[in-house]
Amino acid sequence: MTIHHLTEDDLVLHYYGEMTGAEEAAAAAHLGTCSACRREYTQLQRVLGVIDERSVSDIDLPPSFERTVWARLEPDLRKERRGWISWLLTSPAPLGLAAAVIVLVAGSFYAGRVLSPPSPPVAAPSTAATEQIRERILLVDLGDHLDRSQMVLVELVSGEDSGDIDISAERARAEQLVADNRLYRQTAEQTGDVAVSDLLDEIERVLTEVAASPEKVSSADLAEVRRRIESGDLLFKVRVVSSEVRERRKETLQRKTGQRS
Amino acid sequence: MPQTDAAAVALARDGDSEAFRALVERHSRAVFRLAHRMTGNATDAEDVVQETFLKAYRQLSRFESRANFGTWLHRIAINCSIDLIRSRPHREAAHDSTDLEQFGAAEAADAGRPSPERLMLSSEVQERITSAMSALSQMERAAFVLRHFEGQSIDEISRALGLKTNAAKHSIFRAVRKMRLALEPFMTQPNAEGLSAPGTRAEG
Repeated sequence: MTIHHLTEDDLVLHYYGEMTGAEEAAAAAHLGTCSACRREYTQLQRVLGVIDERSVSDIDLPPSFERTVWARLEPDLRKERRGWISWLLTSPAPLGLAAAVIVLVAGSFYAGRVLSPPSPPVAAPSTAATEQIRERILLVDLGDHLDRSQMVLVELVSGEDSGDIDISAERARAEQLVADNRLYRQTAEQTGDVAVSDLLDEIERVLTEVAASPEKVSSADLAEVRRRIESGDLLFKVRVVSSEVRERRKETLQRKTGQRS
Repeated sequence: MPQTDAAAVALARDGDSEAFRALVERHSRAVFRLAHRMTGNATDAEDVVQETFLKAYRQLSRFESRANFGTWLHRIAINCSIDLIRSRPHREAAHDSTDLEQFGAAEAADAGRPSPERLMLSSEVQERITSAMSALSQMERAAFVLRHFEGQSIDEISRALGLKTNAAKHSIFRAVRKMRLALEPFMTQPNAEGLSAPGTRAEG
């Protein structure tokens, strides 16, 4: 007589209670009589039993963790709060939208009455051109962002270094830069630009730390920030990537000019 | 600082940012740990923490005050982790090519190093688990975490991860196989007996 042992996958399904009623009953009955499968199942239970939540995310978080999370989050929340209200109150967009609707309604009315012959449709910009424009805007923005980040880093590295040091100005600018940096980093990650995303990740860590600091820091705390900037050659890397971005910006501009002529 | 989550949520809904800050301070570690379990790396986990609280902030008005804020946040964090994992299919391809036999051989060779005495240390076992988990592909890891820790069914996991049921099942099988290959060499040593803590979910 052939004995059908339970496979490893069967045992996993049994362990997690993922078998159907009939399968479950058959597996339980088999485990009751087959010592080889029972041994195998006990082994599986032992391995899965030691994998607990702590063992999987056993990572030491610094005491300042919550403060750092808040420093990264707060600028985005501020934008959220401002979002709709400021858009309605200060942006020309709602007025523009209203004007567009009026023009559209009036235009349709006029067109309906006058019945002028249809004019040829205006050619929409090609996808490639749109992509180029998008890339150029992104590069301009990223270049500016790197320049602004570089200035904050330079000020942190070259400022005074004794007693309590007032870094309120750098802190305020770091707060503004953190949220933008995060968006640029995620864009770079999504487009597979590893060099840029790695650099932005390093910048973000320093900016977040500065944004989460009090307005006055001790020279020891500032020395720690400086050590992080200097040990990773962060300023040098920012300069290199910044100049690469400028080159890429120039190239896209040249491509665009070449297409026009 | 508001005493309870419910009080903090009520204040945060009225625009009190300090109340929301209190919620962030209370829950960000737990969210990070969950995100780290799901994604397997600290940078991604930090992004998930950020997205989770942003989403929570935007959806505060939809939160039912009778519900538990931590549980609600936990669900958002799982969804944010899944979104992040699903947005990066290119990483998956590289991991999925991992040959199980090679994996097993490397882990077994590694397992030969520590002495039985050292194995008694739970930190040592934790290290082994961490290293085995980090060797899983992102999809295997997410499927395994959702099944093993979150108690989600394979059907739920396949829907969440956008996989066919069979693919979700096989991600879990592969993950379990890799974990066994990594940990079993320790479990079979007599001195490691004490380390096991069988957690039977479906008693046979």
